[in-house]
Parts: sequence; structure tokens; C-alpha cells
Amino acid sequence: MTRGEIRNVILEIIEDIDEEADFETLDPDKPLRDQLDLDSMDFLDIVMELRKRYKLQIPEEEYPELATLNSCVHYLEPKLKDC
Amino acid sequence: MSFPSIDQIQGDFDVIVVGSGLGGLTCANRLSRAGHSVLLLEHHDQVGGLATWFKRKGHTFDVSLHGFPYGMVKTCKKYWNKAIRDSIVQLKNIVFDNPQFSLTTTFSREDFTRILQEEFGIARTVVENFFATVGQMNFYDDHSLTTRELFEQFFPGRSDVHRLLMEPIAYANGSTLDEPAITYGIVFSNFMNKGVYTFQGGTDKLIGMMAEELRQNGVIICTGAKVDRIVVEGGKVRGVAVGGRVISAPSVVSNSGITNTVNNLAGREAFDSAFLDRFDQVKVNNSSCQVYFGLRPGESFDNVGDLLFTSTAREFSSDEMLDMETRSRTFSIYYPRTRPEHPDYTVVASMNGNYDDWAFLDKAAYKAAKQAMIERCFVDLERYIPGIRAQVDWVEAATPRTFNRYTLHTKGTSFGTKFEGLGISRSIFKAVPGLFHVGSVGIIMSGWLGAINYGVIVANDVDSYLRS
Repeated sequence: MTRGEIRNVILEIIEDIDEEADFETLDPDKPLRDQLDLDSMDFLDIVMELRKRYKLQIPEEEYPELATLNSCVHYLEPKLKDC
Repeated sequence: MSFPSIDQIQGDFDVIVVGSGLGGLTCANRLSRAGHSVLLLEHHDQVGGLATWFKRKGHTFDVSLHGFPYGMVKTCKKYWNKAIRDSIVQLKNIVFDNPQFSLTTTFSREDFTRILQEEFGIARTVVENFFATVGQMNFYDDHSLTTRELFEQFFPGRSDVHRLLMEPIAYANGSTLDEPAITYGIVFSNFMNKGVYTFQGGTDKLIGMMAEELRQNGVIICTGAKVDRIVVEGGKVRGVAVGGRVISAPSVVSNSGITNTVNNLAGREAFDSAFLDRFDQVKVNNSSCQVYFGLRPGESFDNVGDLLFTSTAREFSSDEMLDMETRSRTFSIYYPRTRPEHPDYTVVASMNGNYDDWAFLDKAAYKAAKQAMIERCFVDLERYIPGIRAQVDWVEAATPRTFNRYTLHTKGTSFGTKFEGLGISRSIFKAVPGLFHVGSVGIIMSGWLGAINYGVIVANDVDSYLRS
């Protein structure tokens, strides 16, 4: 997957979690949690969905890598390159 | 809703969930949606665990529907469905009445900020600092600060403020001033978010909707199925022994209490001594007593509030609240709007209680103690609803023995374990691969919202295990 595709997957998963999420003003370098009113349960949902779709195992200590949209893409790029 | 018996179940499963409390139900739902085959086993003839109800003489009594935080709205939408979310409504009149103060509140941050300033004379900056401090608390913070120390830091010597802040939480999860402050901060902040909510239609409607959702998602539910053992072979989970046979599954989620899970279901021999040393430090929380009042058809009373925190004890004291003859109790008042399809007036008085005080009474002494408790509740309730004694056509008491009988919880605990239970529950699958626990633990993972969210957290662990 390309960086753009990964980005779209993340946004699509977040939209499933919160249909009212507004991506228009989203700053990709600022924490998703602050901008989209996501809590720790929402991040768990993202982790579980990525595992379901791509058999991707993200250990708990690496959850902070998912803090911003850009950090998600950066962290997932090598893991999803063959997907 | 009727469920198949265990004799009708064939084949094996990816996951077997033992127990159908809100944590077990949610974990089962989440795992089935993730594509796993799930069997849910419940010993009782009704699902829901302590999220339960019972019917007497035309009344339906709710056992644990007293008010949950606003977070349930998002949680129910995400992990159940929109119809469940849409039945959540606010309880707007929360009443406190004790020798130190009497007031009515929405139990929200906004209203508490006003009350602490106007009624208790606390400076706004102190109130805001307190809310900011508890709002930022999380599980990974230092655990050494106690709630008592936290209160003394912000409101030194103010036993009235301590009571306002602590009493509802002591009823909500059995915690005391000596628990880690983070357990208080997390639970209190959840409630303060936007006030207190309930499920319109009652517990029976909620659990019915959940069972239907599970059925649609392919979860097989068996009631009257008491699991004898969780089968562990070669250091791993293999399934469960139930109804005289073994049903195979690579993972088992126990929604039985954590003490039952280790001591009785898996058995201590399944664990190493380091785990057991930690496990033996776990203390179960207290139990509860309740008295249920149902009004004769045609009788009614005025709106006296939704949830009344009442006490005639001079100050807040966890020990006083646990005493058999406590003078502190909540009254949950259910008006016809609770079940618009079956309008009724009921009242449930709830008290904290110790199993050991009730467990060893002989038959006559037990009956007399229950009758005396009913009488004390009547006396207190008549201060709010004069004449209710003549209006009721059903009164009944439950004690820690009752809670033990229906939930099988160690010492009838109604709030799981103290803080240390959470670490055991979270790490049990590292001790025995394939064995997971969900249920009230650690004070934080208690109450309806805590139990449902914990079901989701454990489902993630199980899913990770099954896909690895």
C-alpha cells in the first residue's frame, strides 16, 4: 500500500467509529485524540480493525505510534507494504 | 427469550465465554463481529449477570439500574447498536439528604462547580483545579496517593465536601477513601462529564435487545449451563467441561469472578507460584443489600427525585455504610416513564453490606434481620414519600447471600475486586495461554460502563491471541 492508501484506510476506520468526525480541518501532525475527540477505546477499535483487515499485530507498547495521522502512516508503511 | 440447553450444542468454537454479565455479553458480541465462532454459557436461567431484574406481583424490579455515566451513549452505539443507544435518557434530579447538607443536582461538573462555590463556599479556582486534577488521572499514573489524601489536599478538614464527592462513588463501586486516588478520579470524572443516565424500558429490555443482537451476530447462548471446569492441558486452554462433557475451544473468556476463575474454574494447579502469590493479594469488594418496594396498581406519588443519597449518620464513613444497621442508603425511584409500556411505581433501596455479617445467621435470625432492614428502609423512605407504607403491595429484601446465590461471586461481591485485581485479570492469559478474564475488577472496570468497556478491551486480547 502507498502512503496515500494507508492514510485513506485510517480515515475510513475512524469514520466507521465516529460518523460525525470532521476531516476538513485535520492537521496530520497534531494528535488525532485532541482534534477528533477520540478516546483510548477508539484507538483500541483502530488496532482491532487493522488486525482484522491485514492480520497486523500492534503491541500495546507501540500504540503511541498511532497518535497523529502522519505518525500512523509512517508506522504502518513498512508493515503494510505488501498488502 | 428462550435459549437452547447445553445438550443441544454440537461442535467446537473459537471462543467460549463463561458467564453473561455485561462484560461477557459485550466480549462475545465483539468477538463474533470480528469473525470468531462464540458460545456463551450462563448458569442462571436469565442472562445479564448483575445487570438483572425480577418480577413479582406485576412489578418488575431492577437490581442494578441506578444511573450510569454519559459515556454509555458512545459505548452502546459502537459496541451494540443505535437502538440501544437511543433508549438512554438522563436522570435529572439527584438528591442528597444528610445531617451535613440537603441539595438537588444534575450531578454534572457544571452543577457541582456551582454547588461547591455557592453551598460550600469553596473558591472557584480550587474547584477548577480539583476537576482538572481528577480529569487528567489515568491508569498509568502513580497509585500511591489515596482518595483521602487527594481530598485533604484540595478541601482540608471539609468532611461535608468529602461526603458530597465520595458518597455516590462508594455506592457505585464500593470504594473507600483509602483506595488509590486514580480509581476515584477516573470514575468520578466519567460521571461528572454530563450527569447521570438510565435505560428507558428497564434492564429487561436492554438485556433482551443485547441477546437479540448476539443472536443476529451468530453467538450461541445457553442458559442453565454451569461450567464445572475450564480445561487446561499442556499449559494451554483446551475448552470447558459442562453438562458432563467437554466442549473444545482454543480460548475461554471467564466472566465469572476472578477469584472463582482461578480457584475453582481453571484451578490453582494451572498457575505458577509467582502468579498465585500475586493473585492471593487480591481482595474482593463488599457486597450489597437491597429492599424492593412495589406500589399497588392505581397508587402514585409525586416526583421526589430519581436517585436519593440519604443518610442520618453524622459524617461519611465507609465502615458505617457497611454496617448491617447502616443509616446510609440510596433510593432509586422508578416512575411510570421507566417502562412506558408497563407503567408502574417501584423503589429500590440499596445499601453496601458485608457477606460475613449475613452468611452465618440461622434461618430465624436471617429472617428477623431482613425484616428489621425492611423496617429501617420504610422509616427512611417515609420521610420522602409520606404514606408509602400503605401504598405498597410488595416488599422484599435481598442480602449478600442473595447476591452470592445468583451470581456465584465470592462473598457475594457486587463490585468485583479492589485495585490489585485488575493486574491479575489483565495478565491471566500470560500465565495460561488462551485463558482470559472479563468482569468487575480494580474498581475502575466496574459498573455498567466499566464492564462493557472492559469486555471490549478483553475482546481485543482474545482476537490478538486467536489471530497470532
